[in-house]
Amino acid sequence: MNEINFLPLSGIAVIVLGFAMRFNPLLVVTAAGLVTGFAVGIDFIALIATFGEKFMNSRQLASFLLILPVIAILERYGLQQRAKTWVASIKGATTSRILSIYFVVRECAAALGLINLAGQAQTVRPLLAPMAVGAAANQYGDLPQAVKDMIGAHAAACDNIAVFFGEDIFIAFGAVLLMDAFLKENGIAGIEPLHIGLWAIPTAIAALVVHLFRLARFEAKIRTEIARCQQQTKQASATDDSTTMFKEGSL
Amino acid sequence: MKSVEQAPEPLALLSINNVYLLIGFIVMFLVIKTLQDSAHPKRLSTALFWFLFGSVFMFGDVSITLVGEQITYLWVGVSVIVIALLAGMNMVSMGTYDVPDEQFKALDAKRFGNKLFIPAVIIPIVTVICTIILDDLHLGTLYFFDQSHVTLSALTLACTVALLISWRITKGSPLQALSESRRLVDSIGWAAILPQMLAMLGGVFIVANTGTAIQDLVTLFISPDNRFMLVALYCVGMALFTMIMGNAFAAFPVMTAGVALPFLIQGHGAAPAPLVAIGMYSGYCGTLMTPMAANFNIVPAALLDLKDKYQVIKVQIPTAITLLIINIFLMYGVVF
Repeated sequence: MNEINFLPLSGIAVIVLGFAMRFNPLLVVTAAGLVTGFAVGIDFIALIATFGEKFMNSRQLASFLLILPVIAILERYGLQQRAKTWVASIKGATTSRILSIYFVVRECAAALGLINLAGQAQTVRPLLAPMAVGAAANQYGDLPQAVKDMIGAHAAACDNIAVFFGEDIFIAFGAVLLMDAFLKENGIAGIEPLHIGLWAIPTAIAALVVHLFRLARFEAKIRTEIARCQQQTKQASATDDSTTMFKEGSL
Repeated sequence: MKSVEQAPEPLALLSINNVYLLIGFIVMFLVIKTLQDSAHPKRLSTALFWFLFGSVFMFGDVSITLVGEQITYLWVGVSVIVIALLAGMNMVSMGTYDVPDEQFKALDAKRFGNKLFIPAVIIPIVTVICTIILDDLHLGTLYFFDQSHVTLSALTLACTVALLISWRITKGSPLQALSESRRLVDSIGWAAILPQMLAMLGGVFIVANTGTAIQDLVTLFISPDNRFMLVALYCVGMALFTMIMGNAFAAFPVMTAGVALPFLIQGHGAAPAPLVAIGMYSGYCGTLMTPMAANFNIVPAALLDLKDKYQVIKVQIPTAITLLIINIFLMYGVVF
């Protein structure tokens, strides 16, 4: 076995450290490029020109900018408010049903490029989480805080998972364009962003199936969690009672 | 009638260079709007940031024709470094925007109803139709779509159509749409340029033979003949790297250049499109499991006042791990 040359890997160390230390990602990535270039002995001018060449050659990544005016004008005339009205109108007696419907629609919307239609701040916090908690409260009465938290966390997770696994189907999303640019830069021709988007569909469907399955079982989990909390409070109040009795006795 | 093209680049109406010019115009328009925003806290530096970015699109190709590749690449390279410095020194920010209040928008939302979704849904539909059916539409030798970037020129057409339809529905003109988009572009901010920076880094890695170094490292642990282990390494590596960095985009060039490209694509003839698509999704499984991706995992916990700030991650882990395993088998099943 011949010696491994570790110098070209120095940029990766810069990336890992830089991201971990929360420096601005653009700065980290540029620094990683500079360090890699210096480590393998590319001269400065040639390195800057390489930066320029590669940046120029990946301009297709900015084509998502073309979509923003459309989204912007629709938002100006109430697109997000319309989405909110829709979320608020989800009918369904149970928590898991509300979350499931939201999940399906959110993933489909993301696949069509409507990634910012909803979100943690826009819809989960003001609408989805309260609705999901409300449905459970309707069914089981007053909920312990731990159960409310658990339902809230599930609402947030629904939004994340649905968007993540829907968005890569949309051909003008950054990830798809990045993959496309990477393949072209490495001399692999004949792949269109559309192909990459199509191959995102199987995992997107798997995400849908897996998460809906978990949500279907979530209702039972809420019941056991409520029971567990009630038991705990009972035990706690029982010990409270005994200590107060003990105190009274000692008085 | 599909003719075999001998020329490397057949002429196209919506050529990729014209698409870049259009993007350049959009960005420059936003620069002017930023300069006019007198209440903007970081007006000049934000404008400079976007101006440098826009110049690459607006003047890049002209510059290559006029002064040649070498000088063009140099000034673009310098711009890239200034862009990174401006972002790194926190000199790019949101400005002030004339946004109607919530009630007003709710009223509009009621007035237009579901019609508001039409333009947004039009974009993917038109893009897909043009890419699949109308891709070689041409008049004589002039093609309508760029033959080597069909999807992107189709997307440009789709956005134009959607913009016109929104104009018809909302009475908001394309010019107004452009002005409004400054709010969105600014809220994305430097993150808008990150994918391009990462692609650039991927390019530097190619020049520096970083991929070869990772390959050597990989062969220390895994036999390059073991297809399944290579697939598993790529998927799990994407997830782990993403967990460390909090960003699947950053993990992608490293893992793909080091593992997927040499071993799977070149070594075993794996199909590139499903390989990278599923690879990226494996990275996303990592995103669901890491506090480093704070705005997805930690911020929502704060928004919801959860006692345990890792609770969202904990809820996501079972789905993430299941999907990672599915991805490995799916990839193994479809790429060869």
